[in-house]
Amino acid sequence: MSDAIKTDVLIIGAGPCGLFAVFELGLLDIKAHLVDILDKVGGQCAELYPEKPIYDIPGIPEITGQGLSESLMQQIKPFNPTFHLGEMVTGIENIGDPLYRVTTTAGKTFECKAVIIAAGGGSFQPKRPPIAGIEPYEDKSVHYAVRKMENFRGKNIVIVGGGDSALDWTLNLQPIAKRLTLVHRRDDFRGAPDSVNKMRALVASGAMDLKIGQVTELEGADGQLTAASIKDKDGKIDRVACDAMLPFFGLTMKLGPISDWKLDMDEELIKVDVSTFETNRQGIFAIGDINTYPGKLKLILSGFHEGALCAQRVHHYVYPEKRLVFQYTTSSTSLQKKLGVA
Amino acid sequence: MPKITFIEHDGTVHTVDAELGASVMETAVRNDIASIVAECGGGCTCATCHVYVDEAWVERVGPPSPDEDAELDAAFDVRANSRLSCQIKVTEALDGLIVRTPSYQGR
Repeated sequence: MSDAIKTDVLIIGAGPCGLFAVFELGLLDIKAHLVDILDKVGGQCAELYPEKPIYDIPGIPEITGQGLSESLMQQIKPFNPTFHLGEMVTGIENIGDPLYRVTTTAGKTFECKAVIIAAGGGSFQPKRPPIAGIEPYEDKSVHYAVRKMENFRGKNIVIVGGGDSALDWTLNLQPIAKRLTLVHRRDDFRGAPDSVNKMRALVASGAMDLKIGQVTELEGADGQLTAASIKDKDGKIDRVACDAMLPFFGLTMKLGPISDWKLDMDEELIKVDVSTFETNRQGIFAIGDINTYPGKLKLILSGFHEGALCAQRVHHYVYPEKRLVFQYTTSSTSLQKKLGVA
Repeated sequence: MPKITFIEHDGTVHTVDAELGASVMETAVRNDIASIVAECGGGCTCATCHVYVDEAWVERVGPPSPDEDAELDAAFDVRANSRLSCQIKVTEALDGLIVRTPSYQGR
């Protein structure tokens, strides 16, 4: 593993708690990398309520999810964290005392002295449509993401959905598909207007098909799809021959691989020690919505507090020889230097 | 206090008191109706509080706004009487409302 990325701490999740942990760690000279399955920072604040005001951040009467993410990014800028977006942590292996080797879906490996799990409600993953018997087709001919466009060349493709993912892949795959059919429940699209116009032009020229309805049934064998049935709003069924289907119904939160990490859990939450926010595994911490302890409140402000406390314990692992002196940003020249203000 | 009846997909019936001004989704969550997931907490951004409004109530409840209709794209088995329950506000006029929950909210 000579190509492992070495860092003090790996933070799993770049939501508000993961971002603020960078600040608290940074004040203690601890460097962090962050991994997030979304292609942007902010977690639920960015994915679920970017424009919704939040009223319970101390000292900030009102801020949107997006605004909070942006403010936190500005606040942690002096510490120059490295982000690894669009990937998910798959495995954590203990290789030292404590020293962890962490792997991601993008094939990266990290070596770090501590891991902070700030994964909120879990990882955002594509919603799976409740079509009876869909499971055997998944990852064979039903895909929730396009990894290699070439795999779709010359195929009859059905894309389902009305947002940007559905429209973008429609426009990208149409030129290489044998025939592409876009299926959407209504004749109105929430994707970017420019994409909608381009799609409509392709339909008008006969280069692709648009069907208004919902997929109700799949046909095929051994994981290979041969047709999909589409029901319109009057209940009429239309059968479309296809080799591949791409459903895009947005994302939902799933715990994901965390359940395999030998952590003490209470249902889908990670149990922690309330003085350090360390889990049962030394050097692995959990902060924010993903953890649980007596009296836990799923508030962003609680996650901030948890980040500050866990940083103190992380310091012990990163600098075992150094004594930690508590300091205030208002008065400590050393902290102010780190923040670039002194 | 208006009463709202939730009929879950498996036939379980819950008739509960609803606070005026709260949403139908909040009413469900406060009463532990598990088939209303409400992942985003009422932001009209997750489509996991999908309900079917009883036919007798469709007119009084009214249609979804354009934003809500767009978010229904992320729900499953969407029908003419589909609504996102976070976008239905409890009023006196809705006393006795009946909604049914779908078998699957996407998770």
